[in-house]
Parts: sequence; structure tokens; C-alpha cells
Amino acid sequence: MRIENHPILIFDRGKILSFFFNGEVIKGYEGESIAAALHAAGIKVLSHSHELHHPRGLFCAIGNCSSCLMVVDGQPNVRVCVEKLREGMRVETQKGKGCLTQ
Amino acid sequence: MRETEVLVVGGGPAGMVAAIEAAERGAKVVLTERDDRLGGQLIKQTHKFFGSQKQYAGSRGIDISKLLEEKLSNNPNIEILTETTVLGIYEDGVVTMEGANKHLKLKPKRTILATGASEKFLPFANNDLPGIYGAGAVQTLMNVYGVTPGQRVLMVGAGNIGLIVSYQLMQSGVEVAAIIDAAPKIGGYLVHASKIRRAGVPIFTSHTILNAYGQEFVEGAIVASLDDKWQPILGTEKDLAVDVICLAVGLSPLTELCWQAGCEMKYIPEFGGYVPRKNEFLETTVPGVYVCGDAGGVEEASAAMVEGRVAGISVAASLGFGLNIVQDLEAALKDLDQLRSGPAGEKILKGLEKLFARGKQHVS
Amino acid sequence: MLAKTGIPTVEQVCQVSPSQERLAAGPVAVIECFQEIPCNPCWEACAKGAILGMDDMNNIPQLDLDKCNGCGTCALKCPGLAIFIIDSSYSSTEAVVRLPYEFYPLPEVDEEVIGLNRAGEKLGKFKVIKVQKGGKQNKTALIWIAVPHELAMELRNIRIERVVNVG
Repeated sequence: MRIENHPILIFDRGKILSFFFNGEVIKGYEGESIAAALHAAGIKVLSHSHELHHPRGLFCAIGNCSSCLMVVDGQPNVRVCVEKLREGMRVETQKGKGCLTQ
Repeated sequence: MRETEVLVVGGGPAGMVAAIEAAERGAKVVLTERDDRLGGQLIKQTHKFFGSQKQYAGSRGIDISKLLEEKLSNNPNIEILTETTVLGIYEDGVVTMEGANKHLKLKPKRTILATGASEKFLPFANNDLPGIYGAGAVQTLMNVYGVTPGQRVLMVGAGNIGLIVSYQLMQSGVEVAAIIDAAPKIGGYLVHASKIRRAGVPIFTSHTILNAYGQEFVEGAIVASLDDKWQPILGTEKDLAVDVICLAVGLSPLTELCWQAGCEMKYIPEFGGYVPRKNEFLETTVPGVYVCGDAGGVEEASAAMVEGRVAGISVAASLGFGLNIVQDLEAALKDLDQLRSGPAGEKILKGLEKLFARGKQHVS
Repeated sequence: MLAKTGIPTVEQVCQVSPSQERLAAGPVAVIECFQEIPCNPCWEACAKGAILGMDDMNNIPQLDLDKCNGCGTCALKCPGLAIFIIDSSYSSTEAVVRLPYEFYPLPEVDEEVIGLNRAGEKLGKFKVIKVQKGGKQNKTALIWIAVPHELAMELRNIRIERVVNVG
């Protein structure tokens, strides 16, 4: 959920962007990370573990822990906690270790 | 090859202050930060800082960050490289980095490592479920992006970070179900604990989390009391319906670059893990490589800023810059001593004692 | 016990409670800071020089009850939100507790809010007398609450419960 009123902070959000999550159109703001936009839309499962296929979500949010690797515009293993949202971006849940197609 | 007098790695409180102090004395400084903005953890800190006026006490972290950023951008001796990750420090002194999809090489005369720390994890069943976050991640979501992590939170850890993030969650309109800590006493400042408690949030010391449960993401957690040998007591389990579990169980220094540079490292539990040996002027065992802030031992932001001051002044001095360098350095070291001189600083002093076990070394 | 629960003990509260005479004489600060931590903004903020013993910033602040006029500058500045201003001279039946507050929304003047004690337990409903904003930079507000005299050293927080109009 997005915070609208805060006693200390004012959120100066950028312009509204549309992107795709597994084919579905989702809106977010310019300047925010993919993970933040997904969270605001209520999406918490970002990837799955390699061996046991457990769902995985955001953990560190600073690009350290590899819990949030997703496929972005065809490129696997993108850390969506630090990758900024762009208009028309295609974000997909990654299956397995990912594959570089090109 | 591009050269510079000083390279500061990390644009958090320690690195920002180190860069300012070195540049104000005349040194040419390159400051790198892997995020797209400076400030490090300061940009998430909505609470007022402790310490004294010299450490910006009474100001909120977010405002201190703005103040330091202004000082940095107004100084012509400083070049700021954001979205730039340092990759390696080589034997010949060359530092490589990646920024804007380019591979950069730089040869600094002095390097200050201010890479900060990362969060520790905790072993318990289902600890990989979505909805379990490090406290820093919750702060980033909430205070940088304005997005709440969920509706109801179990906070694990009653140190300063656990207490502060609990309060920040409440300020964002999120319910905190409870704060638990395995230790028999609250580790953070008691004034933080009191302001959360009087808002109705229970704090359970001598408690641990046994497991999280949920299908796709966290739906609840089982916590239990611990006996005096830190073992869970059967029959004391409590089931908390929460959709967020926030881990605030300590930090480890980010020391990859210290290891790479060949710094002599020592395991200091009080500092959160392996840290480089250093002298009181914060130079490591590799000449010309300095460390400040959490990278040299986990402490808190006020101390990190004073350490940045010490490192910045030391580096400037070693390059021959500065007029009142001895007085400035003595003043900074005195401030650091004052911050650590009370009971709250005992742990840090114990860590330093271990680190300086061979006696204080001096910079020539 | 404070270090286990976050709730100051009766003895600790007693230590920092002004005498009945001092309370009756007008506004005064009550500094509920019971731990030696490196922190001194209250001392730096006090124009009256009423906060003593802070030559080492790790010390616990001591209040000179005669010098303190209850202006509230320290309460707005304290990073721990641990200072409260008590004015028992408000009326024959009521005292005013001024408490630091950093939640959204702020209460309105004349609004009835729920009063809480140091454990977060409800004490009843009380009226807001004044909302003293700390300013653009500070952002902490002091909320003035009128309470019966016997609750002046009990009430330490408020909760706002408003009926939301749907539609």
C-alpha cells in the first residue's frame, strides 16, 4: 500500500509509468524501484528458490542478497530492488537460474 | 590512467563526511556510491539523532543527509560518481569500478573505504517466505518509496534499529504486533523503547521466533520464551497473526574491499564480524588505505560521521594538506571518545581494545 | 522493569516527579530519561540553563526546578521524546500535560482523544487544549491535554479515534 500522509515525510512521486508484470499492466512511479512498484500493487512473490522452488520476496532492498532476481525485458537475474522502473518494462517471475537468450 | 588524490568508496554518513573533510583541506576527491543518490542509511532515518550539536543531534537523518549533500556539491574539489560500484582494488593501487555500464579505472593516492554494513539473517523454519525483510529493506520501502510492507508486523530485535523501525512503521500507519528479542534486556536506547511501549506495543525480551508460516507469503509467526540458557521453553509458544516479519538482528561490516586490498583482518564480535586492523587515525595495515564508519566496525551514524571526519583529516594530513591539522584531528578524536565514553559505548571500546591489541600504531 | 518492558518503574517516575508545591506553581518539565546515553540536545536547547550535569553528554540530565519555567523547548528537541511538560496550575480540577507527538494526523483543538499511560493502557477520554507545532524543520508537535490532577503524572500518550464518514 502507498503511504499518502506521513507525520515527517512528504513523498514527491515522479510521473506515472505503466509496466508489465507477467503480462499484466501495473502502474508505478518514475524514480522508484521495480520491487517498490510491485509491492505497492500487492505483489510480494518475486522469485522462487532453485532447488525447492520456495517463493522468495524482497529481503535487503539494497542489491546485496539476491532474493529478488527477476527477468526484466528478457534479461534474467536482475535485482529488482535496485533496478529503477521504466515505461513499458516487462517484468517476469524467473523460473530456475535464468537463461541468457541473446 | 586517471589519477586522483583521494578516493572515497561509499556515500553514506561516514564517506560523505570523509570526502568533505579531505576536500575542504585542499585534496582532490572522487566519491563513489553504488546507489543513485547519496546519503546511505541517512535517507531512511526519520528520527532525530542523538549525540551533541557537532554530530547534528536533534536533527533528523534525512535532513542531515541533505545538509551534507549540499556541502559536497558546493565543493569544487569533489567529484561525485553515483550508480558506480567499486569492483576491485589491485596490487598496483588501481581501483576498478562499474558505472553507467562502463568499466572505469582510477589510481588514487589514498583510498577511504566507507562501504557500510549489511544485515544479518536469522535461522528459523520458513525464514525464506516473502514478507520476511531486513529492517533496512522495510525502511527503504517505507521511507524512500512511501510503500508499506504489509499490515501487521512482528519485529525481531529490540536493539536501536528494531525499536526505531517499529516506531517508523507506526508512523506509516502499520500495526506492530510485538517486538521480541532473545536477550533478557532491551538492547536499544530505553527512550526509544518507552515511546513505542506507551503507544501500546508490547516488547518481549527473552523471546525468539520458532517459525514463520504461510503458503505464498507470511501469514503468521510462532514465538516462544527462552530460558536462561537461551533455549525455547515448551508450552510458551504464542501464535501471532502477522503478514510481515522484520529482522533487526544486527549488522555485519561490508569488508570485501578491505580483504581484496590485503588489509590484515580480525574477527571482533563487538563490531559484527571481521574488520580491518587500523590505527587510531583509521589507516589500515595497507599504507594509504583507510576505513571509517560501519565498514570498520558496526556502530551508529553519529560515530560514523565523526570517524569520517577523522579519516578525512588524516588523509589530508598524509598528503600534506591542512593548516591546523593537529588541532582538528585532536578535536575529532576527542569527540569520538566522548560519544563512546558512557555505558552505551562500552561495547565499542571493548571491540577497539581487541582491535588495538598490539598497541596503538601511529601514522608517520 | 524498564530494561525489559520499556515501562519506567514507579521508583524511576518518583525520582523525576516535581514536588506538589512546584507542580502547583506552574509549568515544569519532567525529564523521563533514565539511561546514560551520548545525547545532550535538551541541555543545548534550554535558554534558562535549567538542565544541569551535562558536562559529559553521557550523563543523565538533571533539572533545576526553580530555573525551569516549563517553556517546552527541550521537549520539542529531545530525540527520545522523553520530556513532558506538566502544568498543574491550569485549573482547580485539571492539569495540562504537554506531550511530544509525531503521528499523523495531529489532533484538533477541543477534540476528545484517548489518553494512554506509560504502558499504552487507556486512561479515558481527554480534551486537547492546544496543538503546538514544532515547525517545518522540527516536525515534532507538543499536544496539550487537560487531565484530572491525579493523572498528570500518568498520561503520557494519546490515540486518536475518529469515526470515518463513508460516502
